[in-house]
Amino acid sequence: MRRTFLGMPATAPRGVGHLRGDESFPAAARKALGDAQLRRNLRHATTTIRAKSGAVIGEVPDWQELRAAGRAIKSDTMARLPELLEQLEAAVTGAGGTVHWATDAVQANRIVTDLVRAAGADRVMKVKSMATQEIGLNEALEAAGIEPVETDLAELIVQLGRDKPSHILVPAIHRNRAEIREIFLREMPDVDAALTDEPAALAAAARRHLRRTFLSTKVAVSGANFAVAETGALAVVESEGNGRMCLTLPETLITVMGVEKVIPTWDDLGVFLQLLPRASTGERMNPYTSMWTGVTPGDGPQQVHLVLLDNGRSAVLADAVGRQALHCIRCSACLNVCPVYERTGGHAYGSVYPGPIGAVLSPQLTGVADNASLPYASSLCGACYDACPVMINIPELLVHLRSQAPHPRSEAIAMAAAAYTMDHPRLYAVAQRAAGLGRVAGPALPPPLNGWTASRDLPAAPPQTFRQWWSENRSES
Amino acid sequence: MNARDTVLARLRAALAGAPPTVPVPPGEHRRQGDLPPGHPELVDLLEHRLTDYRAEVHRVAEAAVADTIAGILTAAGAAAVVVPPGLPTEWRPGPVEVVVDDDLPADRLAGLDGVVTAAAVAVAETGTIVLDAAADQGRRVISLLPDLHVCVVRPDQVVATVPEAVARLTPGRPLTWISGPSATSDIELNRVEGVHGPRRLHVVLTDG
Ligand code: SF4
Repeated sequence: MRRTFLGMPATAPRGVGHLRGDESFPAAARKALGDAQLRRNLRHATTTIRAKSGAVIGEVPDWQELRAAGRAIKSDTMARLPELLEQLEAAVTGAGGTVHWATDAVQANRIVTDLVRAAGADRVMKVKSMATQEIGLNEALEAAGIEPVETDLAELIVQLGRDKPSHILVPAIHRNRAEIREIFLREMPDVDAALTDEPAALAAAARRHLRRTFLSTKVAVSGANFAVAETGALAVVESEGNGRMCLTLPETLITVMGVEKVIPTWDDLGVFLQLLPRASTGERMNPYTSMWTGVTPGDGPQQVHLVLLDNGRSAVLADAVGRQALHCIRCSACLNVCPVYERTGGHAYGSVYPGPIGAVLSPQLTGVADNASLPYASSLCGACYDACPVMINIPELLVHLRSQAPHPRSEAIAMAAAAYTMDHPRLYAVAQRAAGLGRVAGPALPPPLNGWTASRDLPAAPPQTFRQWWSENRSES
Repeated sequence: MNARDTVLARLRAALAGAPPTVPVPPGEHRRQGDLPPGHPELVDLLEHRLTDYRAEVHRVAEAAVADTIAGILTAAGAAAVVVPPGLPTEWRPGPVEVVVDDDLPADRLAGLDGVVTAAAVAVAETGTIVLDAAADQGRRVISLLPDLHVCVVRPDQVVATVPEAVARLTPGRPLTWISGPSATSDIELNRVEGVHGPRRLHVVLTDG
């Protein structure tokens, strides 16, 4: 019996990692909505990146075909996940790497901790990785007396500011330059007191601060954007060169990767390396992408480990509709176009995966009961679906999860109404003039919303006007 | 049941009842650009894209590569540079100290002013050069620690698209795709050049 139970899809365990918030989305969002500086920072950042991304996507004549290819490759991957992982394992092992499997966060943290200890290290340097944030690796390492050093600039800002990441791509998106300068002055022992808040000066300060760490740390921990089953190659996409430092300089490299990151073939890289940078940072190509396959004698780490992580992914895979959330390549485009994210920021989502993808991925990884309000953290406006480079139908997933979520109806209605109306301030004004709110939904919606009404469960008529909801919630914060 | 068997069993159970897999249709996306590798317009495009991301580009005749490299290093005030063992000897810059990489320790590399390498392939549309650790490019670390990277690219190495580059590269080799100097967008999403990798990237595009 026990063996059968062990082999069944399982959600991520409680009490470890960062997939569950301390409070529900509406409660957390209410606080965020009261922070005007946060909203300004977010609006500035997301507006900037949307413009950049739109411009470089416009240069690609076959963008829609690439998106379709990305989706097809990912669907195929999920359908063949076990065999592809075995193929990846064989390829990495054949190239001199060591593959470990972790059913959940607890196991993954133990595997990494043991490997660091075996290497005789009391410090590791880290490349930004969603998977290691998800499992709470830093806390586990610290508990074992090992110091984790985040080397990505934004992660460094978050770590030094004793803060939490709020965006997949730019974890410190909620901080502006003046705040970053203050954190550096306070937390970097060797920093120049005359440091200005010029971004170039702040970047230079980070460079000086981390150089010694790069040159003297024996173990690095990374994630992986892609892992090629066919060849065993792992890829990390980055900008600053901290990734290259961590992937090249240490003696031991430990990569922690969710099982869904595998892709079948080498050629598939040609699709994803076009989709990811343009959708993500809005660049034609990010400054650096590193690929390595096991151990290369005489070049880079000679001890190479890969930890393959389940931690709830098998449960996501078990849902025929929900499994498309595993297609995500973590570009964060859906965050940048989301009207709800732009107003609440990432912290309100409680999980390391914020925004629209977080609203559908976190509840599936933990089980819907543990993140019941997240499927309601959306106006179902559909912008995320349009922006997603692998065409994940996030609105469909939200509706699907709402049908499973034991969500208090009053909270659901308040959330949906607020999100919906925040999304469409002018529409709101028109509707309010016309009918005293309440009847926004229906076939009378103007373009571009009318195209969605057929397929979406538009929010029920709110029992109070948006302004009432707004003023009540604002006065509580 | 060990963790490996458990994870695989869970994933297989999750897929139980799923429809049998259908092969992925090849798709309609471009596998190559309109222009063949090395076409002069592609080299122009590469120059434009590189410049757009603040790399400095030098278009020179094959015979002038050595002088161009020496000029770049002198102008940058570089006193000592590292080169990979397989760099064509005629490219080694005369006026500065040249250290041939022989498993040099990281501290030593970090103390050098620059590095000169060849490349494996370049992507015109994205302004990307790719190093594959061949003898004329060297270990990954040598193009990482010095603050100035000079990279020589021949026209026949310039392809239009990312898929063409992927197809040319050898899986299994350590690869570094470089698009402009080290940069970050982490402060208010502004691209700022110069974080941990080389802060200056010069690409020498030869005519043959
Ligand atoms: S769901 Fe799509 S848009 Fe959102 S982060 Fe993932 S890949 Fe990007």
